[in-house]
Amino acid sequence: MIALKTYLILFILFALSVPYTQANTWYVGKNERFKSLASAIQQAQAGDRILVKPGIYHEHNLIIDKALTIQGIGLPILDGEGKYEVLSIKASQVTIQGFHIRNSGISSLKDLAGIKVYDSQYVQIINNLITHSFFGVYIQYGKHCTIKNNRIIAYGKEEQQSGNGIHCWNSSNLQIQNNVITGHRDGIYFEFVTHSIIKNNRSFRNLRYGLHFMFSNNDTYISNVFTNNGAGVAVMFSNHVNMFYNTFHQNWGDASYGILLKEISDGIIQGNRFEKNTTGIYLEGVSRVKMNRNTFSNNGWGLKIQASCQDMTIHHNNFMNNTFDVSTNGTLVLNNFDGNYWDKYDGYDLNRDHIGDIPFRPVSLFSIILEKNPTTLIMFRSFISALMDKTEKLIPSLTPEQLKDQFPLIKPVKL
Amino acid sequence: MIITEHISKRFGNQQVLKDVHITCRPGACIALIGPNGSGKTTLIKSILQMVIPDSGKVIFQGEDIRGEWAYRAKIGFMPQMTRYPENMTIGEVMSMMIDIRKDQKNLDEELIDQYQLKEIYHKRMGTLSGGMRQKVGACLAFLFQPDILILDEPTAGLDPLSSEILKQKILKEKARGKTTIISSHVLSELDEMITDVIYMQDGQVLFQKSLRDLEQETQEVKLSKMIAKIIA
Amino acid sequence: MNKIYKHVIADIIRNRIVIFYTLILLLASLSVFSLEDTSSKGLLSMLNIILMIVPLVCLIFSTIYMYNSSEFIELLLSQPLKRNTIWWSLFIGLITSLGLAFFVGAGLVILIFEPSFLGLMLDICGLLLTFIFTAIALLAAVLTKDKAKGIGLSIILWLFYAIIFDGIVLFMLFQWADYPIEKFMIVISMLNPIDLARILILMQMDVSALMGYTGAIFKDFFGTTGGILISFGTLMLWVIIPFACSLRYFKKKDL
Repeated sequence: MIALKTYLILFILFALSVPYTQANTWYVGKNERFKSLASAIQQAQAGDRILVKPGIYHEHNLIIDKALTIQGIGLPILDGEGKYEVLSIKASQVTIQGFHIRNSGISSLKDLAGIKVYDSQYVQIINNLITHSFFGVYIQYGKHCTIKNNRIIAYGKEEQQSGNGIHCWNSSNLQIQNNVITGHRDGIYFEFVTHSIIKNNRSFRNLRYGLHFMFSNNDTYISNVFTNNGAGVAVMFSNHVNMFYNTFHQNWGDASYGILLKEISDGIIQGNRFEKNTTGIYLEGVSRVKMNRNTFSNNGWGLKIQASCQDMTIHHNNFMNNTFDVSTNGTLVLNNFDGNYWDKYDGYDLNRDHIGDIPFRPVSLFSIILEKNPTTLIMFRSFISALMDKTEKLIPSLTPEQLKDQFPLIKPVKL
Repeated sequence: MIITEHISKRFGNQQVLKDVHITCRPGACIALIGPNGSGKTTLIKSILQMVIPDSGKVIFQGEDIRGEWAYRAKIGFMPQMTRYPENMTIGEVMSMMIDIRKDQKNLDEELIDQYQLKEIYHKRMGTLSGGMRQKVGACLAFLFQPDILILDEPTAGLDPLSSEILKQKILKEKARGKTTIISSHVLSELDEMITDVIYMQDGQVLFQKSLRDLEQETQEVKLSKMIAKIIA
Repeated sequence: MNKIYKHVIADIIRNRIVIFYTLILLLASLSVFSLEDTSSKGLLSMLNIILMIVPLVCLIFSTIYMYNSSEFIELLLSQPLKRNTIWWSLFIGLITSLGLAFFVGAGLVILIFEPSFLGLMLDICGLLLTFIFTAIALLAAVLTKDKAKGIGLSIILWLFYAIIFDGIVLFMLFQWADYPIEKFMIVISMLNPIDLARILILMQMDVSALMGYTGAIFKDFFGTTGGILISFGTLMLWVIIPFACSLRYFKKKDL
């Protein structure tokens, strides 16, 4: 019995000590043993560390097929010369840190990337600068990977000539944090990605969406800032997606939204700020999503909620300075709008319970007319349009009777 | 001095002036008389170009006035019972007029002194009575020592004393050789002043005669009697 | 150059109605900005004041002033002055005093509470509408001999530009909903200075909404420097043309 115990302890000690005793650190640089990173990777064993000195390295396509920690010192440059995928990670527990990766190839057949992770786990991509790449970071079949503190910058002009900043496909348990992404097609793209967190990223001036979600469930994104993207943020065909404390700013254009929600269910949208977007949130086929404590200010439309949405609870949101607070395309209303603050509310509060005594109808007649005949926008804010809106408020005819806030707040919700 | 050559004017379907042909020689003092609506005021307005005749022309000191404006510097005009901008004071109206005729240096303030207008220079025009406004009009007409005085119903609304002051002033100016045209209903007040008479009726000049000729024709002393005799 | 316009300004500025107008504007603008939580609601009220009240007051006040000044105009005409000079002086007198009334009553308050391009745009449009409707009033006054008719004409003109015109446009928009008439609408809007001013302000006030939809087409015109210049040029024409017409007519008018 004792012998067995002793053996076991010895075995564990031995097993733990193996990687440490054999771990080596290799240097790559002009005056080092390895002039190229490729030769160092070839020589190194799993668990080794490779440190790369400053310089420009033209390595063509580097394949990392063992668990290595590869670290740049003083931001060495890995250049793909516009032809190659710069780093292909095909092993788990790889860490790439502190590189400037630039000029990946552009291909219409292959999704070439600055860093691409193939079918691996626990890969960490930290503190890199990725410029002029087709795709910035690309993860397929990845699990438990971390993408942190990277700056991913492209200067794309057309969607076809440009890939996504961070592209994740068929993956789970990813952590995407503190990255800055600009100039790509989509800033962050998720397809079939689950149980992941997107946090504190800044995604701006991307050609299409700042963040693009497809078929990705149980994900959460927190405190990100999406500014000036071609079409804002799109979350489609997903469920249990939570969106907390993000900022959606200046997503301007014909089909541009703070968030475009399509076929979504069971999420929470809380504490977000939607400012100066053409449309704050566009909702189509959305059900059972709770929207609370969000602020919609200076948007063209705060919410565009299609009649296909149901069981939404929208409460304790602030609607301020929007051209139109809410618009809809039908008369059927299966959602609850009670208890929000609307700056356009001009009712009274006689019993001083901070809740307006008469309901508020956030859909104006003019927004309904506009939905049917967009050119009438040229008549907006004219005396006659104001007159029509006032009449409609008294005797609703075209606006949905049921779409109203029974308990409109007198003061904005403090956030 | 002033000649109107065959001027005609029509307002709508009403012929207000019909082939009006008059001559005012320098130094003359002309009474322009006739019943209400006979076209006296329109004739005066034609001379001042407030009304533009349909045909004919007005010759002022040998020149056609059409399109001219500077000639009015030589005219002192006293309108019939007029109104002034309500919020201007008398002083401001005076200084505005002086502003308009900046070149005119020798100002004749005799009438202003006699009417003691300077004491009420601070009063707004809107608060003045008709008679007071009339006095302002009279003072303005004489202020710039014009060659020609055109006075439209000058004594209407004036109290007898003020009326007499004005009359004396007209006589004084006449003595200095000024040409004067006075339109009036009150014939009695014209007796001592005038040299010529123009009588108008229905937009036409019935006659233009010197006072001397009229006296000889009618053997009367009073102007009103003379007119009555001629018309009858 | 004669300086009678200075005297005219001095007269109108002391006019009770102008002083009242200034005070009402001041009261209204101060109260809308201080009572509302957000400046945008105040701006909206100011927009309505600029588009409705300013044209109405300018039209009616200027028309009445012109009628009340007819004897004063006669007096001026008996002086060695060109008719041109007299009409110009009255016009400059009116627009300066009404413009000043607007600027003191509303313009300054807007700039204090909204020191932005939008605030500036509101001020410029308010001033231009003041000039435009004064010019239109001059034309209305010179065209009609009778004071009651003149005031009636001004009120009808106001109703037309402020309400009826928009009604017609809205009707056309519904009638021809299936046709691409956006560009045509830009031309139509030039025919009404109130609409033109409203759209210029709209471009600043509701920029987020205008970026979407057909709005982009309007934005492509009214939002560009060229479009703004053309719009302001058109507003200037709205001052110049009615005034030039009234001046032409005044030169031939019998008083």
